[in-house]
Amino acid sequence: MIDIQGLDVVFGHGTKTFHAVRDVSLKVEKGQSFGLVGESGSGKTTVLRALAGLLDRVAAVSGSMTVAGETLQQQRSQAFRRRVQMVFQDPYGSLHPRHTIDTILSEPARVHKLERIEERVVAALEEVGLDASFRFRYPHQISGGQRQRVSVARALITDPDIVLLDEPTSALDVSVQAEVLNLLMRLQREHGLTYVLVSHNLAVVAHVCDTLAVMQNGEIVETMSVQQLRQHQSSMPYTQQLLTASLGYDRSAIDAFEEFGR
Amino acid sequence: MSSIRRAGVSVAESPLLCVEDLHVTYHTPTGMVQAVKGVSFELGREKLGIVGESGSGKSQTGRAILGLTSPGGEVQARRLEFQGTNLLHADRRTLRKIRGAGISMIMQDPKYSLNPVMTVGKQIEEAFLIHSNDSKREAYARTLAMLRAVKIREPERVYRAYPHEVSGGMGQRIMIAMMMIPEPSIIIADEPTSALDVTVQLQVLAVLDDMISERGMGLIFISHDLNLIASFCDRILIMYGGQVMEECKAADLQQAQHPYTRGLLGCLPRLDGSQKELAVLQRDPAWLDTQGSTS
Repeated sequence: MIDIQGLDVVFGHGTKTFHAVRDVSLKVEKGQSFGLVGESGSGKTTVLRALAGLLDRVAAVSGSMTVAGETLQQQRSQAFRRRVQMVFQDPYGSLHPRHTIDTILSEPARVHKLERIEERVVAALEEVGLDASFRFRYPHQISGGQRQRVSVARALITDPDIVLLDEPTSALDVSVQAEVLNLLMRLQREHGLTYVLVSHNLAVVAHVCDTLAVMQNGEIVETMSVQQLRQHQSSMPYTQQLLTASLGYDRSAIDAFEEFGR
Repeated sequence: MSSIRRAGVSVAESPLLCVEDLHVTYHTPTGMVQAVKGVSFELGREKLGIVGESGSGKSQTGRAILGLTSPGGEVQARRLEFQGTNLLHADRRTLRKIRGAGISMIMQDPKYSLNPVMTVGKQIEEAFLIHSNDSKREAYARTLAMLRAVKIREPERVYRAYPHEVSGGMGQRIMIAMMMIPEPSIIIADEPTSALDVTVQLQVLAVLDDMISERGMGLIFISHDLNLIASFCDRILIMYGGQVMEECKAADLQQAQHPYTRGLLGCLPRLDGSQKELAVLQRDPAWLDTQGSTS
């Protein structure tokens, strides 16, 4: 479904350049979930944004990307923009504060000239567990978890095949995170969606994904199955350190931490 | 409990901090909001974790202890005592002495807590000089020693750096240095590492942990991260809706009894086992005592 080969992303130009992503290749099959994990600055979000076509104006993107057989051009096709949707990290920053939920949800449907917009809005809200009364509220009138549900509904309104999830639950409380993760899993089953999930939380990636890639300094260090991750079968010291760290505080383990610097 | 002695007072006899029936109430145009409703605990020379979701009152509890409740908020308590001093009725001068030198606070984001137009070294020195009559030369030496103590490799360079020139992890180490230099007895750390990457987070916590055990201090560690608190602290208070739901030893968290704690634990995705579906927390209004007191 998704095939990325040799992706490079360079920000800036002249002497001040920053090579954010180096030679990243990955494949995701239809209906699968692929996780990208890594610490801040490792380039995981940049890969996602490059795939979505959100970087072309601000960075030099090279390499080949194919989605559902369509080789991506710099100018993405209308079909691609309908087929691939994104859910962002911050449910406070990604919904227009002066638009009602109804406006927010119907905008992508209008852009893609879809029919029966009102029905779609109500159906999408229902899908994410919100009733139709939410339509005429503003983002500030609903909770963080409800906002993230609206973000998911906005992604669903165009009947996508692929949903790109950029830290979808890291701004939420754990109990709300559980609800949103359950929702994402159910939607995937019911609609056969393909997910690419970016997260710094290994447990969240293990819960949602089938395969994951560990990124560090713009490169993929290791690609492994979630099964391998759960059994700590990793050959790379960087991945092992991330695993140790995600298990909680252990004073004796910390002194052995290495710097995997640039 | 260890037999650390400080100023001739034994640990077991007197807790550092005594909080009894603490209430924080905000009067807003839309009515009264009770952020904290009857919280009680004692703090010795230990690491006490306060865990809860947003709006549970955990941060408000920490701020009320230091008298940092925002204007409009009203703090009431049967007892709020720091080493025998009543914090509720202390005058401003006494409070100023206690803040920093007695109890100090580490906030979540060093980017917002450090002065952007002052070098890191000068800020740490200032924290020291406010609470002592030592010379500037002594303050400089102490600052460098403190930067070394928080495991900063080039203390002279970092002394001259401005906050925007240091990374998040280093910024938080600088905050710890600044809070430690007046040698307080209690540190309140409000989500001190939530903005950091996991490995950096643990390294910063190790620095804090070592200093606290070396100096025999008390720590109140406020966080939303159950696993982190359980592995880092000695004792945990679980808060919900402004009240303490349950108190337990950190090591016994997995055996916690209260349905709220069990619910929180259940909805965490785990690395070491696959759940098909995460448990969803069902909140029970009966958990919240309408009397507004947990005794």
